[in-house]
Amino acid sequence: MTASPTALPDFMALRPVIVGAGPAGVRAAEALVAAGLRPMVIDEAARWGGQIYRQPPDGFQRPKRALYGFEAGKADALHRAMGGILPAVDYRPRSLVWNIEAGALDVTCDGRSETVPFSHLILAPGATDRVLPFPGWTTPGVFTLGGSQVALKFQGCAVGSRVLFLGTGPLLYLVAYQYAKAGAEVAGVLDTARTADQMRAVAGMLRDPATFAKGLYYVGWLRAHGVPMHSGVRPVRVEGDGRVEALVWRRGDREERTVCDAVAFGLGLRPETQLADLAGCRFRFDAMDRAWVPERTAAGRTSITGVYVAGDGAGIAGADAAEMAGERAALALLEDIGHSFDAARAAHLEERLAASARFRRALTDAFPFPADWAASVPDDTLLCRCEEITAGILRQAARDGAAPEINRMKALTRVGMGRCQGRMCGAASAELLAQALGTGPDGVGRLRGQPPVKPLPFSAALTEEEVSS
Amino acid sequence: MPLLQRVAERSRRAVSFVLDGQPCEALEGDTVLTAVLTNGQRLRATEFSGQPRAGFCLMGACQDCWVRTEDGRRLRACSTFVEAGMRILTGAEAVP
Repeated sequence: MTASPTALPDFMALRPVIVGAGPAGVRAAEALVAAGLRPMVIDEAARWGGQIYRQPPDGFQRPKRALYGFEAGKADALHRAMGGILPAVDYRPRSLVWNIEAGALDVTCDGRSETVPFSHLILAPGATDRVLPFPGWTTPGVFTLGGSQVALKFQGCAVGSRVLFLGTGPLLYLVAYQYAKAGAEVAGVLDTARTADQMRAVAGMLRDPATFAKGLYYVGWLRAHGVPMHSGVRPVRVEGDGRVEALVWRRGDREERTVCDAVAFGLGLRPETQLADLAGCRFRFDAMDRAWVPERTAAGRTSITGVYVAGDGAGIAGADAAEMAGERAALALLEDIGHSFDAARAAHLEERLAASARFRRALTDAFPFPADWAASVPDDTLLCRCEEITAGILRQAARDGAAPEINRMKALTRVGMGRCQGRMCGAASAELLAQALGTGPDGVGRLRGQPPVKPLPFSAALTEEEVSS
Repeated sequence: MPLLQRVAERSRRAVSFVLDGQPCEALEGDTVLTAVLTNGQRLRATEFSGQPRAGFCLMGACQDCWVRTEDGRRLRACSTFVEAGMRILTGAEAVP
């Protein structure tokens, strides 16, 4: 770089924006601030940390050790990192990005909307639980696993007085353990994966012995405390009118019934990709995530110049990988604007991200997606929670030949058209449609994102000028 | 019995609000979802079948926890903090 200040690119004239203040967003912001940039950080939550390191409201007293367990050190480091750079970022909490168009974001906060132009955009929107329908899954008392964890971590509440954990993935055992430790009664842990899946994946999971050991610890602790645990489970139905009274489930041909007043349910995570879609990024089907994700390079660059993705919203990889990917994307941004950047650090991050992806593969083997589930959903089970559309209606549209792909199916049946915009039913409708059409889940197309990506108060859709004119 | 059970953080200040016409208490820092579901069993009734719902994801994604207030506002219960004097309707019973 030349020594003459006038020849330097005007970095301060750039408008880098980061969406999301979880592990990826915070580390991206930190790297940009270290380079002298002043990014805007937009986040829906009231405080930074994302879902995994979500901070309780002011005035809550439980220590981080109680909230985050083994990850308390990482949570604290991330919280401090963002706290330390706050004066150097334009931080916008409680703010929803609901559209991206022509190099600008539409952002609403406290009912007011604003158009925010950006020069560069790092999307770090995270993930939510992946769910599939089963009879009774809309009954009050059935919550997602992640939601059940939020209730405990963020509100000091258990989602019931006797909670049954259902699904698969590391989070299943972690949240069950956290509930039991907090004094809630855990009625059992029902894993859709088989013990054989987990045995086969041991070698791969030993790539990250510390994480593997933590998983074993949770399972061992639950077993030692007499929590019933079963594998190879499929749910049959929730019993209870107006609230959960029991879950009937089966293992092979044998049906069992567990009395409980809440079910915490999740089948791994699904990336939140709607903003990348609205930004125009090209997508590819990821077999491991069983979902469409934005195409990205190892550095986090997408198909759109100046738009980057990092963290679980770019493909599920977990919190540690999200921190690395956020920093890596920021370094890519610095390189792309002609700023100096630490190339050795960038290479190191890419190596560690590749190692983390190999571990992720082993986790997917240990907790595989239950591919047979979709076929067993009864026709009268609600598939779409928002519009109350049943599995049978989707299957009928598929049988009629009227819905050869998922957007046509949405237009005909309204599945995926409701307030959640397919977040809760997208995976299920792709699986059911694929099964009805006899293709794989990659054969039914990708549900397109539509603005606003989440419901807005009516006034927020108007800009200030429009309101006053 | 209410849906949610408090297992920690019980020493916060009380906040009074009104749930379907009945005076209720929550704690400072509760979301509307927590405030309602530590007092009751539902947040809303669905538009089509009238079935009760009590939220699902608790992280602003599923949109299954929108409640109404008596003055006609709509609030996403999982991401709105309860305020003293709020008057929340769950559709559980008609309010004149």
